[in-house]
Amino acid sequence: MCYCDEQSKFEELRKFIQEKRNDKGALMPVLQKAQEIFGCLSYDIQEFISKELKVPMAEVYGVSTFYSQFTLEPKGEHIIRVCLGTACYVKGAQAILDRLSKELNVEVGKTTQDGKFTLEATRCLGACGLAPVMMIGEKVYGRLIPDDIPNILKEYQK
Amino acid sequence: MINSIEKLKEILVCGGTGCQASESNRVFEVLKEEVKAENLDKQVKVIMTGCFGFCEKGPIVKVMPDNVFYVEVDEASARKIVKEHVLKGRIVEEKIYKDPKTLEKIPEQSSIPFYKKQIRIALRNCGKIDPENINEYIASDGYMALAKVLKEMAPEEVIDIVKRSGLRGRGGGGFPTGLKWEATRKSKGDVKYVICNADEGDPGAFMDRSILEGDPHSVLEGMAIAGYAIGAKQGYIYVRAEYPLAIHRLKIAISQARQRGFLGENILGTDFSFDVDLKIGAGAFICGEETALINSIEGGRGEPTVKPPYPAQVGLWKKPTNINNVETFANIPPIILNGPDWFSSIGTEKSKGTKVFALAGKVNNVGLVEVPMGITLREIIYDLGGGIKGGKKFKAVQTGGPSGGCIPYEYLDTPIDYDNLNALGSMMGSGGMIVMDENDCMVNIAKFYLEFSCDESCGRCTACRIGNKRMLEILNKITEGKGEMEDLETLRELAETIKDSSLCGLGQTSPNPVLSTMKFFYDEYVAHVKDKTCPAGVCTALLKYYIIPEKCVGCTACAKVCPVNVIHGEPRKVHVIDREGCIKCGECFRTCRFGAITRK
Repeated sequence: MCYCDEQSKFEELRKFIQEKRNDKGALMPVLQKAQEIFGCLSYDIQEFISKELKVPMAEVYGVSTFYSQFTLEPKGEHIIRVCLGTACYVKGAQAILDRLSKELNVEVGKTTQDGKFTLEATRCLGACGLAPVMMIGEKVYGRLIPDDIPNILKEYQK
Repeated sequence: MINSIEKLKEILVCGGTGCQASESNRVFEVLKEEVKAENLDKQVKVIMTGCFGFCEKGPIVKVMPDNVFYVEVDEASARKIVKEHVLKGRIVEEKIYKDPKTLEKIPEQSSIPFYKKQIRIALRNCGKIDPENINEYIASDGYMALAKVLKEMAPEEVIDIVKRSGLRGRGGGGFPTGLKWEATRKSKGDVKYVICNADEGDPGAFMDRSILEGDPHSVLEGMAIAGYAIGAKQGYIYVRAEYPLAIHRLKIAISQARQRGFLGENILGTDFSFDVDLKIGAGAFICGEETALINSIEGGRGEPTVKPPYPAQVGLWKKPTNINNVETFANIPPIILNGPDWFSSIGTEKSKGTKVFALAGKVNNVGLVEVPMGITLREIIYDLGGGIKGGKKFKAVQTGGPSGGCIPYEYLDTPIDYDNLNALGSMMGSGGMIVMDENDCMVNIAKFYLEFSCDESCGRCTACRIGNKRMLEILNKITEGKGEMEDLETLRELAETIKDSSLCGLGQTSPNPVLSTMKFFYDEYVAHVKDKTCPAGVCTALLKYYIIPEKCVGCTACAKVCPVNVIHGEPRKVHVIDREGCIKCGECFRTCRFGAITRK
C-alpha cells in the first residue's frame, strides 16, 4: 500500500467525520465508515478519529473493542462466517467449522498466512431454514455437509 | 382448467434471505426473461415479495390470481411455469407441494398443512406485496390506520385502543404495549422518542428480519402511530448489521414514505410531524436490551443501565423514550383499523392476538409461522411443522433463545402464552422455537447457550461476567467426563445467584437453559457425571468407538485414516479398535462405508 493511497483514505474519513461531527451519537457510524474504508481499525485510525471527532481515545477504544463487528487487525480477502446459531448448531455447524479450520489450516477467528481467508464463527445469520449455513463475503451457502467444503473453497482459491 | 392470459397475472417470487440463498434471485431473473421472451410483459407482472415463511421448501413462487403455490422452484421449472402455466393454463404438477403423509398434491397455499392453522396479522403482507414499492403497501390498506388516527382520534384514544387490544411486547418480556405508551405520554418533556428494536439477536430467531424484509412500511406506520400517541417527532430503528437485506429495504421504505408524505413535516396535512432514521448495530447481543440499545444509539458501549428510571421516563439523550419490537409495531395498524375487540378475540385470556415463531431445528417444515396465542406446542411442531425430521424421536423444544429453556415431551400440549411458558422455566422470548431430537444432548445444548451468554455478557456485573464463566467451566468438566455429583449442586446454586443478582435481562435469564435442562433432563446430567456416558452420543470425550464384527468387511479404510494407528486387522478380515490409544477423533466413523463403526 503506497503512502498516497493511505493519505486519500484518511481524507475520505475526514470528510465523513466533518459531515457527522454535529450529529449526536456520531462515533458508531464513524467507526463503521472507517472500517469500511480501511478494512480494520488500527491504533492510528482510532487516534485519528479521536482527534477529529474530539472524543477521548479511551472512549473510542472502549467502543471499538465492545462490538464484535469492529476488528483491530486486518482481515483476509475473503471472510468466511460460519453460523453458530442454535438451529445450525444442532444440525452440525461445528463439524463445518472444524473442517474449514482443517482445510485452511487456520484457527477460528484468525486469518490464513497468505491473507486469503479469515475464518469466523458468527452469531445467528437468520437463515435457519437452510441450516447449517455459512457466508463467504455476501454469499450464503446452505444445507452444508463437511465434504462440500473443499469444492466451495476451490471457487475462491483460483 | 385455468385460462391464463385473459386476466392480468402476477408471479410472486419469495425474496426473503432464505430463498435468496437458494437462488431465488436467479429464478426471478429467469421468470422475467421468459415473460419478456413470450411477449407477455403487459399481461404478466413478476414481483419479488418478502418471505412466505415456508423456508424449507424454497424458493417459493406463487401465481396469482390462480392461487397456485409452487415449491423448490429452479431455473428449469421457472421457465416451465411461464411456458405451461401462464401460457397454456396447465399447472406444473411436479412443483406443487405434496403432503408427505397423504401424498396428495396441494396447489393452494391456505390448504397446505403448514399454513392451515396460521392467522397472519403481523405477517399479513409478507409474500403478498413487493416490499420495495410503497404503492403495493398502500393498496393493501397501508397507511390507512395512520390517516384514521391523525384525522379522527386524540392521542389518548389511540393509547386506549392499544390498551384494550391487550397487545403485549413481542420482543420477549411481554409488557403491555398500551401501558408503555401511556407511561411515555405522561412523562414530562417536549422532546420524546420512539425506537424500534430490530436488534434480533436470539440464535434461531428470524421473525423480525422477515417483517423488515417483507413489509417494512407496516413497521414505519406503527412507529408513526406510536409517535402521535406519545407525542414524539423522531423515531429510530436500531437494526443489526447482520441483516443487510433488511437494511436495504428499510432505506427504500423510509425514502418512499418521506416522498409520499407519510413521514416528515405535517403528515397528511395535519400538524403532526414525524421522521424515522436508521441506526445500524455492530454486533452485540446485549444491545437488544433496551437501555443497552439506547447507549449504543448514543454512540457508546452497549451496556445496560439500572432500571428504574425506565426509558419511558429517562431514555434516549435523557428524554422519555418508547421502545417496542418490530413485530409489536407491525401489529399496530391492523389493531387501529379492525378495532381492539377484534384483536382481543384472538388468543388466550392474558395473551392476546397472534405470535410469529421461527420454527427451526430437527423439524420437517422449517420456517416462519404466525399462530394464535393458545395454540399448543404439539400443534406447531406436528401439524404445521410436519413432525420430526427423519422419523426420529422428539426430545425437547427450546423457546426463548439463550434466555429460555428446553421443554420436554410431557408438556407438548401446553397452550402457548407468555405466562405458561414462564411457568415451565422457559419464556416466549422473541419467538425462536428450536426442535431437538434424540440425537441432541441436553447437557451440550445447555453448554452451547451458556457459551453464547458468556461471549455476549457485556462484563458490567460480576454475577453475569464471572458466574456464567464458572458455570460454563463446570459444564465443560461434565461433558469431558470429569464431573462429580456435587458439581450439579454448585451449578444450581450459581444459577440462582446469577438470576437474582444480575442487572439486566441477559444475566437474569442466562442460567435458564441450564436450570430447565436440569429440571427436565436430570438423568442426562447424571449419566454424564456418574456413568461417564453421553446418551445422545454427542459429547466426544465420552464416546467409545466400536467395530461391529458382523458388518465389517475388512476394507482397511478405517485403519488408513486413523491418525493414531490404533485400528488393527488384516485385509478382508474383521478389524478392531484398540480403545486404549483412541483419541476419539471420529475419522473412522465418518470414513466407514458399511456402517460397521458405532459409538456409544
